[in-house]
Amino acid sequence: MLPDLLAVGVPWAVASIVLPLAVALAAIALGPHARHLVLPGALLGAVIALAAAAQVLAHGAWHHAVGGWLPPLGIRLRLDGLAASFLVATAVVACGVAGFSRRLFEPSARRETRAGFAFWPLFFVMWAGLNAVFLGADLFNLYVALELLTLTAVAMVALDGKAETLAAAIRYLLFALLGSLAYLLGVALLYARYGALDLGLLRAAAVPDAITLAAGAIMTAGLMAKTAIFPLHGWLPPAHAGAPTPASAMLSALVVKASFYLIARLWFDVLPAAATVETSQLFGALGAGAIVFGSLLALRQEQLKLVIAYSTVAQLGYLFLMFPLTGSAAAPQPWAAAAWTGGMFHALAHAPAKAAMFLAAGLMIKACGDGRLAPLAGIGRDLPIACFAFGLAAVSLMGLPPSGGFTAKYLLLTAALASGQWWWALAILAGGLLAAAYLFRVLNRFLIAPAEAAPRVAVARRDQAIALALAGVSILLGLASLVPYQLLQIGRPAAAVGGLS
Amino acid sequence: MSPILYAATGAVLVGIGVFGLLARTHLLRRILAFNVIGSGIFLAFGGLGSRGPGSGVDPVPQAIVITGIVVALAATALAVTLVTRLFEETGAVTLPGEHPAEGPDAS
Repeated sequence: MLPDLLAVGVPWAVASIVLPLAVALAAIALGPHARHLVLPGALLGAVIALAAAAQVLAHGAWHHAVGGWLPPLGIRLRLDGLAASFLVATAVVACGVAGFSRRLFEPSARRETRAGFAFWPLFFVMWAGLNAVFLGADLFNLYVALELLTLTAVAMVALDGKAETLAAAIRYLLFALLGSLAYLLGVALLYARYGALDLGLLRAAAVPDAITLAAGAIMTAGLMAKTAIFPLHGWLPPAHAGAPTPASAMLSALVVKASFYLIARLWFDVLPAAATVETSQLFGALGAGAIVFGSLLALRQEQLKLVIAYSTVAQLGYLFLMFPLTGSAAAPQPWAAAAWTGGMFHALAHAPAKAAMFLAAGLMIKACGDGRLAPLAGIGRDLPIACFAFGLAAVSLMGLPPSGGFTAKYLLLTAALASGQWWWALAILAGGLLAAAYLFRVLNRFLIAPAEAAPRVAVARRDQAIALALAGVSILLGLASLVPYQLLQIGRPAAAVGGLS
Repeated sequence: MSPILYAATGAVLVGIGVFGLLARTHLLRRILAFNVIGSGIFLAFGGLGSRGPGSGVDPVPQAIVITGIVVALAATALAVTLVTRLFEETGAVTLPGEHPAEGPDAS
């Protein structure tokens, strides 16, 4: 690649938002022919994300003032290591899902289906919304991006129009809308207090007073409802399990991370001064609760996709352990940076693993014509590649070496022990054991001999290979963790090293 | 008439809306409650734009409120579509497991 293409000022960040939006509009215009756009669009999106990451690796973090307008009037995009790594993770998952769904929504010979028409515009607007959240450096712009994400996500859940998924979509919408409004109320309070919406200006001005704390608390509560952190997780399993398979993969792998990402940005980048030991410990307690309850509920499910959805509830819990483990500035923790990096690494490693698991599960359900666990007996013989993909993704979710999940949990565990907060170490270890329990319960079913030979619908090897490739990425993140690790350190917030508050 | 009046009215609207969203089960009522909360926040936000008599108005909250209204409209449209579809499929106007309360919700 030519070096000048990566110079500071080349708007890869803007391109990563504009391209998916343009593809979405073109997909609406092209109707049934939209599927020809999908692979070029997705691959171009991946190239842009990689270029943005290369730009950050070469020149460090930088701000792009959209249209040349500087804050407080203008809106900026912030491209740093964290944003770039989420852009790349999104692009990897999106490419996998695009390749997987290309023929799934192919119009039948007779007529175009509603899902086939709606899926691709929703998919690309969702991608644009995710990138806008990861790059946003303006609280209100982030609100618009979040809403874009919510509306596309809810529409995707409702895509097949069955009564149960409609109810799941409405429940999701109610949670998400209340969450968005809470976030907006917090934005209004911060604007009233500081007269700024730009994250950088707010960080410079923020002081730990009552209004700031109230705004931070309201915004966090709203974002937690959107992240489905325990005990606000009730909407997630029916919505993620009921959605069409490619939508489940996007929702569980990426969409819930966007609101978590904003919570992390809010506390580490904007309001580190307002955080206290109590708020950090509360976040950690919610995370630990999510790990234990999500895992226990995953153990009790009889539907394959519900097991995976409850596993998402559990895995999201790890992200919130990052807050207590970075400690506070008053009591700096020697491993604060490891805790922050571990939490972010977990969010990144979980994305391809969970997408691979949902895609593999979708293929198995298609082969059996049944979403329950019992009829899956012996499916390892019929869909060996999909089962291997599920197994590899499970390795990452359990946190076994050499996967990306292992690297993340190892960093978190080290931080917990080094800071003397052994109770969080217990939650991490219990989560790993419980994940092994609920995933081996499923894997075991794949491998036992069926009572009688069950009829299976044939599934294309290429679709199974896509699930395997995504699972491979989650393992690769552990084997080659140095580059993403370095990338995450670029433009890392000071609070991630010195501790919150 | 100070911004406090707008902020206080906005706070009351948010309170009414949150109550409606949590206490009512009829989905159309919940969508209306969502809009009441939104209006409360927009009112408070708009009132914050006041910079005292004679010194004009801060345009940023106005721009934000207009954008917010557009977003709320889109969300309401999606919600109403989903509820209509749910009614066509099942004849229900509440989420499964929740029943319309007696009294004002019974219709």
